[in-house]
Order: sequence, then structure tokens, then C-alpha cells
Amino acid sequence: MDFAFLYSTMKALLAATPTTIGLFSLSVFFGGLLALVIVTMRVSNNIIARNFAKGYIFVFRGSPLLIQMFLVFYGLGQFGVIRHSFVWPALREPFICAVLSLALCTAGYSAEIFRSGLRAVPPGEVEAARAAGMSGFLLLRRIIAPIALRHALPAYSTEIVLMVKSTALASLVTVWEITGVAQRLISQTYRTMEIFLCAAALYLLLNFIILQALSLLENRLNRHHRRPTERKPSVMNALFGARP
Amino acid sequence: MEIIELLGFGAKGWGALILTGMLLTLCVTLASLAIGALVGGLIATAKLSNFWWLRVLGTTYTTIFRGVPELLIIYLIYFGGSNAVTAIGHAMGIEGFLGMPSFLAGALAVGLISAAYQAEVYRGAYRAIPRGEIEAAASIGMPPLRCVRRIILPQILRFAIPGLNNVWQLSLKDSALISVTGLAELMRTTQVAAGSTRQYFMFYIVGGLLYLVLTSFSERLFNSAERRSNKSMPRGMGQV
Repeated sequence: MDFAFLYSTMKALLAATPTTIGLFSLSVFFGGLLALVIVTMRVSNNIIARNFAKGYIFVFRGSPLLIQMFLVFYGLGQFGVIRHSFVWPALREPFICAVLSLALCTAGYSAEIFRSGLRAVPPGEVEAARAAGMSGFLLLRRIIAPIALRHALPAYSTEIVLMVKSTALASLVTVWEITGVAQRLISQTYRTMEIFLCAAALYLLLNFIILQALSLLENRLNRHHRRPTERKPSVMNALFGARP
Repeated sequence: MEIIELLGFGAKGWGALILTGMLLTLCVTLASLAIGALVGGLIATAKLSNFWWLRVLGTTYTTIFRGVPELLIIYLIYFGGSNAVTAIGHAMGIEGFLGMPSFLAGALAVGLISAAYQAEVYRGAYRAIPRGEIEAAASIGMPPLRCVRRIILPQILRFAIPGLNNVWQLSLKDSALISVTGLAELMRTTQVAAGSTRQYFMFYIVGGLLYLVLTSFSERLFNSAERRSNKSMPRGMGQV
């Protein structure tokens, strides 16, 4: 084992990690917001909005992310209208293009996940809330959203891990994140295995941290389903304020 | 009409090349499905085994291949495989760099990723088989291997169809990443056509539409297979 080489590889990859994290968090944030819009359209009574959302989900889930990213990065610049408009300084940046296409893609997947969460809300609870005089945003905030979120969270965690992996594609539109740097190092040194192991370890660590955070959140959201005797005092409870 | 000429089958048209690329995408994904079924079956068996080290091995495999970006795994197989081929070539007295065939590298890489997902599908399908059926087979004296062939495998295949549909869709989209090795599948052909005609937008839209044709057509195929395999079952929840 050549530890000096592993150390220098790890240092180069760690320097690229903030780019990966930036791509990931920005695209999950904007993708999540867009997914809320899409799912609202998908379950609305307006036939045009509903069909638009259906088409959006079909297109963005059915085609590879790489082709969507190239379409945004190379395709949009072809039109003079876009090149001479105010958005061009932003769309010229590969990082912004990558975030845009990642967010558009994850919005399609997340909208379906949120919809399955909505379908898990028992109609009786909505009716009861309406009978008690709740409607509109209050009903959404107090009854529908908490139940839907709880049901959608396991599937959404899977989607979030897929997003961590998808950020690797940004290297193909010249964003130097972990996979891009790893590829450059491989083609310079031809020491594929060592570099792969370093990059893989970084990605697994990232996924592990994100999954742990999400399962902690899931645990907290499902507090009321646990029996009081199951609540053992633990380090996690001490840290995050659950009383034994 | 310039666009029709570019997409047509004439001297300046890319139509034939793009359709060939689509066929190659289908072939490479089918090959990776087969590799994934073989490796995935072994991994699922390892994860269900009574030996703890086999379970650890299986879990490590699925964790790595589901948690690491597909692109990185393709680089590993392609560059790592090329290094190995070059080393073998040197041992046999052939000088210089030898590349790994990109079809083989791509099918292997996507296949190994698909194996990790398929292993989980098969494991879930095995769990769905009622224990009583396996016990009943043992109690009438059926040897284990015959029980696998007669009782377990047919039911695993039936329960696995919806999961395999998901894995197939994933692999179809992962196969676009093989374009980085230079294999002239749908993505790569679209890229070359877009670059050399400068009609990026049009060709990427066409490429995307062809992928949509592949995914939606195969989804229908899987749904009808699921209906067919459930003919003998009573209708229950979640059926198509």
C-alpha cells in the first residue's frame, strides 16, 4: 500500500467535496420546491394542470439525466433569444446548469413520492378536520402535510441518496466535483483501484451521514407511534431532547 | 426542410445511425440484465445464508454498488479492465496500451450495479413465499434442490416482476453513461450528431424522446408479464 499516494489522492478529492455538497443541497432544495408545485398540479381538479404535471413526470422520469443535462448545457445556448437575454450569464455557468437539470429531474421523481404520501392520508381525518371547521392552508398544515410527510419520508430518503450519486454527472459538463477529479487523477496516473476506493469511501460517508440524519428525523416524526416503554434513555435522546 | 434531411436516412441523415444506437442501447441493457440476474442471484443467496461472513459479504456488495455513483463504477471497470488487459497483453508479449472492449466494460459495469438492486428484489421475493409451502415440500420428502426448482424459483420469478421492472428502467437510464467509454449507443450517437451538425437542441430532444419510447414500451411489456403471471392468483391489493 502506497500511503503517500492515498493521502495525496484523498486531499485532492476532499478539496472537491464542497462542490459535490453544494450541487447536492441546492438541487435537493430547489427540486423539492418544484416538486411541491408539480404535485399540487398533479392532484388538482384542473384538467390542464393535471395533464401538464403527468407529462412532466413522464418525461423527466423516463429519460436519462445525462441527456437532460446536455440539453440544458449545450441545447439552450443554441438560441439567440436566450444568448442575448438576462439569464445568459447564469446559464453560461456549468455549475448553474448542473443544478438546474438535477433539480428539474429530481422534481419529477419527488412529485410521485409526495403524491404517494398524500394518498396515505386517511379521508376520514380530512373529513373530521373539515367538520371541525378547518379548511385551506390550515387543513394542509395541521392534518394533511404531517401525515403525508411521515409516509413519504422513507421513499424520499432513497431519492435523496440517488441525488448524491447523480451529482457525479455534473463532471461531464465540466464541473470539478469528486467524480470529475477522480477521473482526471485516473487518466493521469492509471492507478484506478486506489483512486476508486478513496472516492467510493467519500461517497459512502456522505450517504451514511445523510441517511442517519434522515432516520433521526423519521424517528422524531413517528414519536407518537412508539410505546412509552420502548423509549430507553440513550445518547441520542439526551442530545436531541426526547425525554425518557 | 433541413431538419427532415438531418434526421432522415439519406447521405446527410443521422436517422440510421441513431436507430442503430438505440438497438445497441437495448442490447447492452439486456446483457447487463443477464449479468445482473446471475450476480444478483448469488448475492441474494449470500444475504439469505446462515453463514455470517456470507451475509456480511452480500451486504458490503449491495452497500458499495448502490451507494457509489454509477459513473465512478463505469470508470473503475473500464480503466481498471483496460489496465488488466494491457498487463495480460504484456505477459503474452504484446506491447503498448490495450483497451477493454467498451461493450463488455459497459455491460459489466451496468450489470454489476443492477446486480445490487436485483439482489434486493430477489431477497424480498423469497421472503414473500409462504414458509408453509417450503415446509410442506420438505415434509413430503422433496430434496432441497428440487424444492428450489419446483417451489421457490417459480414463485420468486412471479413476485420479482414489479421490482425487476424498476431495475430495468434504472439500467436503461444508466446505460446512457456508457457513452463515456465511446460505445456508439443512443446517447453517444446523439452526442456526436449534435456536435457535428451544431443542432444540439434538436438532437438531444430526439434522443430523449427515443429513450422515452424505450422506457414506456418496456413498462408495458413488464405490466402485461405481471398480469400474465398473476392469472392463477386471486386478485388482491396493488395489482395492475
